[in-house]
Amino acid sequence: MINTLFRFLNLTFITLCILVVLSFALAYFFPGDTWLNLFGAEFIQDQPTLMLVAEQTNVLMAFWYYIQALLEGEWGVSFATGNALYPEIMRLLPATLELSLYAITIALVLGIPLGFIAGMQYHKKIDNIFMSSSMVMYSFPVFWLALLLILIVSLQAQWLPMSGRLSLLFDIPHRTGFILLDIWLSDVSYKQAALYDALQHLILPTLSVSFIAFAVFLRTTRRSVADVLQTEYIKCAQTRGLPSSTIFFRHVLRNALLPVLPLLALQISTLMTNVMIVETIFSWPGIGDWLIQAIYERDFPAIRAGMLLVAMVVVVMTLSLECLSQMIDPTRDRFAYARH
Amino acid sequence: MIRFHKLFTPVIFLPILWLSGCGPSHDIQQQHLSDSIAPDGVIYCSEGNPSYLNPQLDTSSTTSDVSSHQIYSRLLDFDEQTGRIQPALASSWLVSSDGLTYTFQLRRNVEFHQTEYFQPTRSFNADDVLFSFDRWINPSHPYHEVNGGSYPYFDSLNLAEKIQSIKRINGYRIEISLFERDSSFLANLATDFAVILSAEYADMLAVDNRQSQIDFYPIGTGPFKFDAYQKNQFIRFLPHLGYWRGVPQSAQLIYDITPSSAIRFAKLVTGECDTIAYPSQAEIDVMRATPNIVVEEEPGLNVGFWAFNTSKPPFDQPIVRRALAMAIDKNSILDAIYFNSASRARSLIPPSSWAYNSSIKEVSYNPIKAKELLNQANIPAGFKMTLWAMPVVRAYNPNAKRMAQLIKNYLAAVDVDVTVVTYDWHAFRDKLSQGEHDSVLIGWSADNGDPDNFYRPLLSCEAIPSGTNRAMWCNTEFNALINAAIRIPDVDLRASLYAKANNIIAHDIPLVPIAHANRYQVKAHSIKGLSINPYGSIRFENVVKAPKVQQIDNQDGHP
Repeated sequence: MINTLFRFLNLTFITLCILVVLSFALAYFFPGDTWLNLFGAEFIQDQPTLMLVAEQTNVLMAFWYYIQALLEGEWGVSFATGNALYPEIMRLLPATLELSLYAITIALVLGIPLGFIAGMQYHKKIDNIFMSSSMVMYSFPVFWLALLLILIVSLQAQWLPMSGRLSLLFDIPHRTGFILLDIWLSDVSYKQAALYDALQHLILPTLSVSFIAFAVFLRTTRRSVADVLQTEYIKCAQTRGLPSSTIFFRHVLRNALLPVLPLLALQISTLMTNVMIVETIFSWPGIGDWLIQAIYERDFPAIRAGMLLVAMVVVVMTLSLECLSQMIDPTRDRFAYARH
Repeated sequence: MIRFHKLFTPVIFLPILWLSGCGPSHDIQQQHLSDSIAPDGVIYCSEGNPSYLNPQLDTSSTTSDVSSHQIYSRLLDFDEQTGRIQPALASSWLVSSDGLTYTFQLRRNVEFHQTEYFQPTRSFNADDVLFSFDRWINPSHPYHEVNGGSYPYFDSLNLAEKIQSIKRINGYRIEISLFERDSSFLANLATDFAVILSAEYADMLAVDNRQSQIDFYPIGTGPFKFDAYQKNQFIRFLPHLGYWRGVPQSAQLIYDITPSSAIRFAKLVTGECDTIAYPSQAEIDVMRATPNIVVEEEPGLNVGFWAFNTSKPPFDQPIVRRALAMAIDKNSILDAIYFNSASRARSLIPPSSWAYNSSIKEVSYNPIKAKELLNQANIPAGFKMTLWAMPVVRAYNPNAKRMAQLIKNYLAAVDVDVTVVTYDWHAFRDKLSQGEHDSVLIGWSADNGDPDNFYRPLLSCEAIPSGTNRAMWCNTEFNALINAAIRIPDVDLRASLYAKANNIIAHDIPLVPIAHANRYQVKAHSIKGLSINPYGSIRFENVVKAPKVQQIDNQDGHP
């Protein structure tokens, strides 16, 4: 257990270091002045001493100052807006996390039970229906789905809005950045209407993001359930005449769920990519939409900081899930038991 | 991915929008809002981020649409219907018999905005006028250099040099003396750019050493006060309860910043916007067919043109410019780009202006002659030039990039190799002002009904340093004519001078006028009181959103 944790922390640390080095190197690859690319113009005016020291020393010392600045939350200043990047990113990140969280929850809540049903009905009619429909869902490009939803649900039927997180008529003060929570915490008179409106805005983006993840969870759970049902111990339990509910809850459920958790870790990066695409299409004011704007505007400090942060989120989340799944299921720990 | 989105959304949206006109349209969005006490307000889907919230500093209509008529008032206003000058913050004015001295009587009890960042202690008076004018007139004014120190509209008209003095007679009376007669002076004070700021607010900022905030956290006397701005997202205004013309009726005014015109239209359909900026000409017919959307159309005071950088060889030779002008077929460009929403431009000013002369000679499409002229001017075959296409949609040029492609094809036929260049709008104008272009597709929307508003900013020598003379063209004869015309109050006499000026342009061809576009306004049916303002930017003070139609519920047995 401690071994696993230690290895996890070590891996996270090294990966993050590599990310920071890469982000530092980006400033050299972008056209223009390296220091301007790293920090943006106004930072230089505010921090003359640091910049002076950094400019006069070599690359290694510069890197050291860069790490210091990162740790202090000095991520530079955007070329386009002149705002400090760290608070700006922190303001946008919750919107992205919120969307990912809801999407993955829906994918899990629907995908896993349906996967169980399909697995229990292996190669029967329901299974075939689920398999073919999930194949279709899995092969659906996310941007196409999002546009299609907008066309049908928003423009043709006019049931749901097509952009943003909340109608701009509602003025909800920014607290946590999670829109539902912010509305809940606010003391505006139109709380209920705002909540209703926010939920309406959430439906289409969440659906678009969860679509593929749902198909993946369904298919993996089904495969895993089918595999477990083939094992000797299940057959043994059946021959011993255990009631099928006991077999399902005590033997199938736990064993079938074990491979799903590492899968979740694998899905994080796909999920983040899809979230960024969906954000752009639905004008969802999150980090993805913002990064793409930054790329349009050649806002190098913003591109660097945004990529660093998104990569960090993906790495940390993937590795922690990986670590968690190894702690729950030690048989997955290749290294600990491979030494004979 | 993004490219896909940008390119294909219009293609995908249009047929479906057209189809949606056939089905039943239930407005759930509006229905749910009426369920509970949801806030009310007008949402305008605008097309970009304003550079400042003060139109003195920027002639781009993105900036003036946001600020001119919402945040600020002017001394004078144009009547939207007649174009006549009417009183605003100046309740009356007097012009001396020699036409050199203007005395303005100022309105009393005009309140400035009360916001979180500034609480005024006094109402509007002569000091505010002095501050607002001195800021751009007087280079040694403490606020002159704040946020760039460039006042492009006034600079292009050379207005600061024309004003001899501005005097405060008493708290509510101002006297402006000019060096020479200027028949367009009052019209210039009524344009979007001659706004009145608060001197008290400026003093407060100066004490705290935060001068630059004056153009980002604005204080004015207009119908709406600034509340919040998030770049690329929205700008929120609240009604100014002490507005001198009466409190505006909408509870808030929101600019939803939506750069793509297809998305703006889509949002109008879903009810997320009440009115949109710059509807795409290609979509006008679809919009007309969409229920609950109103399309209004008026001939516009604007011109889209192709300007040559006459400071660069070989474009300094009129013969080269004439050859290039001959090489393009304006009529087919008009058909392909404007879709019957514009008229062919024969000169700089539109036919509705009194200075228009119909006898003007125009270069006609003749590629063979063009080739001959190019040979005469020793332009080798395969000559390379750049054609800059503006990146934004304007009525006078709804699709500059496409127009550039068309022109490129025409010029290829006369062995001229064109590279189409574009940047984002801000950088584009910066680089144009520095004269980096060979030729550019751009245009001009008039700020007032006076023909001088076309000639002087676009082609006078003074407009080269101020960056609105895209042709970089300075012709002393032409300059003398338009300067003489401005000193004469008699319209017929002025018209004859402008006719001469038109002939010089037609002969010298610093630019090729392409089209005068109609102006469109597209809005939801429920929006009342919004009219097309031919003399500048959009005005929201009289806009009302009609109460939502309650869905009639027949379930409980009422007949």
